[in-house]
Amino acid sequence: MVVISKNPVHSVLWLVVTFFAISGHYLLLNAQFLFIVNLIVYAGAIMVLFLFVIMLINLNSDTEPKKNKWLKLAGIVAGGCLMLVLVAALKEAEKKGAIAQYNSGNIGLIKNLGQVLYTDYVVPFEISSVLFLSAMVGAVVIGKRD
Amino acid sequence: MKIEYYIFLSIALFCIGIAGVLTRRNAIIVFMCIELMLNSVNLLLVAFSKMHYAANVATNANAGIDAQIFVFFIMVVAAAEVSVGLAIIVMMFRNTHSVDINFLNRLKH
Repeated sequence: MVVISKNPVHSVLWLVVTFFAISGHYLLLNAQFLFIVNLIVYAGAIMVLFLFVIMLINLNSDTEPKKNKWLKLAGIVAGGCLMLVLVAALKEAEKKGAIAQYNSGNIGLIKNLGQVLYTDYVVPFEISSVLFLSAMVGAVVIGKRD
Repeated sequence: MKIEYYIFLSIALFCIGIAGVLTRRNAIIVFMCIELMLNSVNLLLVAFSKMHYAANVATNANAGIDAQIFVFFIMVVAAAEVSVGLAIIVMMFRNTHSVDINFLNRLKH
């Protein structure tokens, strides 16, 4: 639905539905922190950003470019072939039958995640903060130029 | 829930994203398909994290927690990427009045 919708706004709304479904999977897998972060960051912030940009640049259907039919078919065939190969390769995988547990374990809680994040992963955490700062500066610089 | 189901769901989401990137010309939709692919990887990481946890919880109570930290970092990077990418798309629209990525092939000339 994200791919085949003609209207970009519909596409964004379907993507929000997809993200809610993925968040539901996180909740089922007892990753509560990631559930909340996924809802807030993806379904909230990023999708609002997309909607905002789409409304800002005012896309209507006649700006949708003409597509070559064969190119489209080739893209779909390529994606389908990749899926076929991956499924065939992983069908007989070694870990067949291993269980991803529902409703158990507390590694997804903020307390445990935070302890690991601020002890073992504190350097990547700081680097990601620098990345965010540079992304913010970059976005402002790109957007400012007329 | 068996891990295969998560693997196949992630493969399906990822391939839908690939097909979208290859078929659509609208830059914003290409961008959303990239988000879709990132999310499929996140889902697979969380599923593997729980699988690892279930296998190793007897020896290590924190088994599998690394994968969830990685998912967190992937989300961080995705958020930064979206902010910069949307700024680029807006700038491109200002210059060309279109979001057709085929306009970008004049970088060739």
